[in-house]
Amino acid sequence: MQIAFAILVALTLASAIAAVSLRNLVHCALCLALAFAGLAALYLQLGAQFVGFAQILVYVGAVAILVVFAILLTRGGESAPQPVISRSWVAGIAVAVLVFGVLTKAMLSSSLAHREPPPKPGPAVREIGNQLMTRYVLPLEAVGLLLTAATIGASIIAMQDAGRKQPDPQSVASKPANARLRRDAEEFETPTG
Amino acid sequence: MNWIVQYLWLIPVLPLAAAGALAVTTRPHRRFGAGLTILAMSASFLLSCVAFASTLGKTTATGPLHEALNFPWLQIGESTLRLGWVLDPLSAVMLVMVTFVSLLIFIYSAGYMAQDENFTRFFCFLSFFAAAMLGLVIANNLLLFFVCWELVGLASYLLIGFWYQKPSAAAAAKKAFITTRIGDVVFFLGILWLYSQGGTLLFYDRGAGCLEETVISDLVGRTTIGGMAVTTGIGLLIFCGAMGKSGQVPLHVWLPDAMEGPTPVSALIHAATMVAAGVFLIARVFPLLDPSVIEVTGSAAALTVVTWVGVITAVFAACIAVAQTDIKRILAYSTVSQLGFMMMGLGVGGVAVGMFHLITHAFFKALLFLGAGSVIHGCHEEQDIRNMGGLKKFMPVTFATYAAAMMALSGVPVFFSGFWSKDEILHAAHGWSISRWPFYLGVFGALLTAFYMTRQICLVFFGSNRGKANSAESHEHADPAHSPHESPAVMTVPLVILAAFAVLLGFIGTPAWPWFQKYLSGREPEFDTDALFHSEVLSTLLLSSVIVAVGIGLGWWLYGRKPMRKAGEADVLEQMRPDIFGLLKNKFYVDELYETTVIRLNAWFAQFCAALDHWVWNGAVLLAGYLVLGLAWVNRFFDEYVVNAGFDEGCREIRRGGKLLSRLQNGRVQSYLRVIGVALAALVLFLMWGCRAS
Amino acid sequence: MIPLYYYLMVSAVLFSVGLAGALTRRNAILVLIGVELMLNAANLNFIAFWRYSPNPEAITGMMFVIFSIAIAAAEAAVGLALIIAIYRHCKTTNLERMDSLKG
Repeated sequence: MQIAFAILVALTLASAIAAVSLRNLVHCALCLALAFAGLAALYLQLGAQFVGFAQILVYVGAVAILVVFAILLTRGGESAPQPVISRSWVAGIAVAVLVFGVLTKAMLSSSLAHREPPPKPGPAVREIGNQLMTRYVLPLEAVGLLLTAATIGASIIAMQDAGRKQPDPQSVASKPANARLRRDAEEFETPTG
Repeated sequence: MNWIVQYLWLIPVLPLAAAGALAVTTRPHRRFGAGLTILAMSASFLLSCVAFASTLGKTTATGPLHEALNFPWLQIGESTLRLGWVLDPLSAVMLVMVTFVSLLIFIYSAGYMAQDENFTRFFCFLSFFAAAMLGLVIANNLLLFFVCWELVGLASYLLIGFWYQKPSAAAAAKKAFITTRIGDVVFFLGILWLYSQGGTLLFYDRGAGCLEETVISDLVGRTTIGGMAVTTGIGLLIFCGAMGKSGQVPLHVWLPDAMEGPTPVSALIHAATMVAAGVFLIARVFPLLDPSVIEVTGSAAALTVVTWVGVITAVFAACIAVAQTDIKRILAYSTVSQLGFMMMGLGVGGVAVGMFHLITHAFFKALLFLGAGSVIHGCHEEQDIRNMGGLKKFMPVTFATYAAAMMALSGVPVFFSGFWSKDEILHAAHGWSISRWPFYLGVFGALLTAFYMTRQICLVFFGSNRGKANSAESHEHADPAHSPHESPAVMTVPLVILAAFAVLLGFIGTPAWPWFQKYLSGREPEFDTDALFHSEVLSTLLLSSVIVAVGIGLGWWLYGRKPMRKAGEADVLEQMRPDIFGLLKNKFYVDELYETTVIRLNAWFAQFCAALDHWVWNGAVLLAGYLVLGLAWVNRFFDEYVVNAGFDEGCREIRRGGKLLSRLQNGRVQSYLRVIGVALAALVLFLMWGCRAS
Repeated sequence: MIPLYYYLMVSAVLFSVGLAGALTRRNAILVLIGVELMLNAANLNFIAFWRYSPNPEAITGMMFVIFSIAIAAAEAAVGLALIIAIYRHCKTTNLERMDSLKG
């Protein structure tokens, strides 16, 4: 048990660190997927089978891919190789270390952390379904609504104005109404410009 | 109370109201102006006659009856200052004289000043003067007397400087005012002393007045420095005021210069009334100088001083008059000399003697001045007697009246008033217990008087005319437009009236019937011709007559026999003794002496004060100013650099702090996230701590 | 057995790594990656506590994590859509260039 746990942890942590520190963005995304997978394995080891598989489905299957897509869609901007890390990275690392320290301290000083695990419970999928329909039905509906809204919102935000092309500067200037608009825009801009 | 006493205040107030009315009229209504003043003065004259009539026959056991009406005027804490007026023989006779002479001179002025453009102003001032003089006469309070005294001085200043465009007139007015002021300051000191010692300034107050027995006997007992009695001291101080106003030596210098004013002014003010006010003052406060008049035993030392000053003045001025060439200046010095005689008379003989000469002198001196005015007017403003002559045939009426006045002044016996009044003075001087010198000097003065008056009349009226139109070198036909002419009736009628009085007044004071003297002292006069033939009386009468004859004879012999032919010819006396003549002509150089001593001292003191003012007081003020300026500068400095700057600094700091804080908002989410991280850590720590504590 | 605090430590490290990544990287998408890691660390925490709780029959921890995963997915979608929209506007995903809300 220990070894498996150690290997999984090492894998997860290594890929997580790689995900945030690699230069190539796609490599980062892929390492992220790997980290997610490691986490899913940890969930399985802890006996949360549904969550583990849900993790693989959603995170690895959807979120990581989404990230890859986003990376691919926003690629063309940076032509010259630029430093990946921001200028004030020391402060960021420091804050992270600080937070880590605080969390660790909090954790270690508490008596809760040194517990022995009780016996492993059985698969709880049925139970999850039950709970979802009775006790957590409202959050369920809310999440459904949220997912719908998120989907629609994301689509709208990310959508290029469908059906309408980017306006062509030449064709715009030739039309008389547009000419008047252009003239007004110039007049408006000239005093401030 | 006699009704006239209650309305006595009308006598000065009527001319004052006329003066006020004239002062506010804007356009010169000549007839209105002259008519109003003459009307007011006539009313005053009538009231004075009524008052005079009411005092006839009233006598009391201790002397004349003084009817006074006093009223409270000012309340100062516990004590009240009371003013009032008094009607007694002295004020009654003075009232009649002043109003009558003033009335005649007003009528004369209407003719004399007819060509002058400031006609109404002249009458306004004349009326004002008359009001002040009459107020002075009836005043029952020494303070009120002093107020009217000063007003009279003011009127004199205004009238002497009437033609103020002439620098000599303006200077003469200033000189008159300043010289009399010197006397007035001492006079005021006397008033203060009297008030502090006597407690009251009222003359007659039912036994409690300062000239009445209680106060005088109290004051007589007290002594001051040098063992001098308080009454003597006060009397001497008051006499100084009289010296200034009446032109006694050494304060006589203003009177001759006062001839710069118009001739009616000279006649009224500087002959008859204002200069007589000094004599009147001494007569009024006589109980202070000689308490024996109210039967209080006390020293009469002040009278000695009065007498000597009078004597010196009489002789001094008479000497100067001998050598003068301006017709009015001769008369001015004659006035000074006669005032000296009056003072002498007061000193040796008492109130009656001095006052008698004052009354007679008023009439003939006014007549002389008016006559001189007529001569000047007739000779077309010529005033130098060397340029006159032979006016007898050009101006007969003027000559006749002038001759009458001249004879009265010289003291020609029996028919002329001056003889009787001057004789009284000489008679009293003869009998003076302290010394005979006033008598001898008085005789000498009378001789000189007769001499210079004869000289004047010979040079002016006799001989041939030396005027510019009729000079020997000119062609035979005398130019009628420029030759002397007689004055109009409005001027000659007053001359005639005055001449009548100059003759007749003498008869009220002869030793045979001393009505005037008895009237003033409140006793019944007796008619007794035998009194004329007492040895002393007769000898004095004869001596006076001889002196007059000698004087007139000498004058005629020197000036009348061989009259001057040309104007530029030297005077006979000058030819005989040029050095003495020069001294007399230059008035004994008194003015020059004053110039080098008093005036120079005054100028130096004025410059010293100016320097003191400029350097010390000015410097102190400037110093205070600079001090305040410095303080203000410090204040501003403090305000600008400390307060303001501090405030500005504070604001700048806040702004910098704000700018600093705004750097937190750098628009970068990662730094926000950093902050959140730190905050999270802090929160957790805090919670941990809190949990541990609990 | 593996003590609880091992898992908690792992979760803490994961959280710090995610935080460090979110704070230090310039690219917006990598910040989102960091955020996802942080979320996952929290989920791990929940699962660990659920497993080591005295009453594992109450599946509260798991429910929470299920919802968390759903929400995280939605959030990732919206966030990436935003990044794409911003990329289209500013032609960059560089966070340091996006400071127009600077104070």
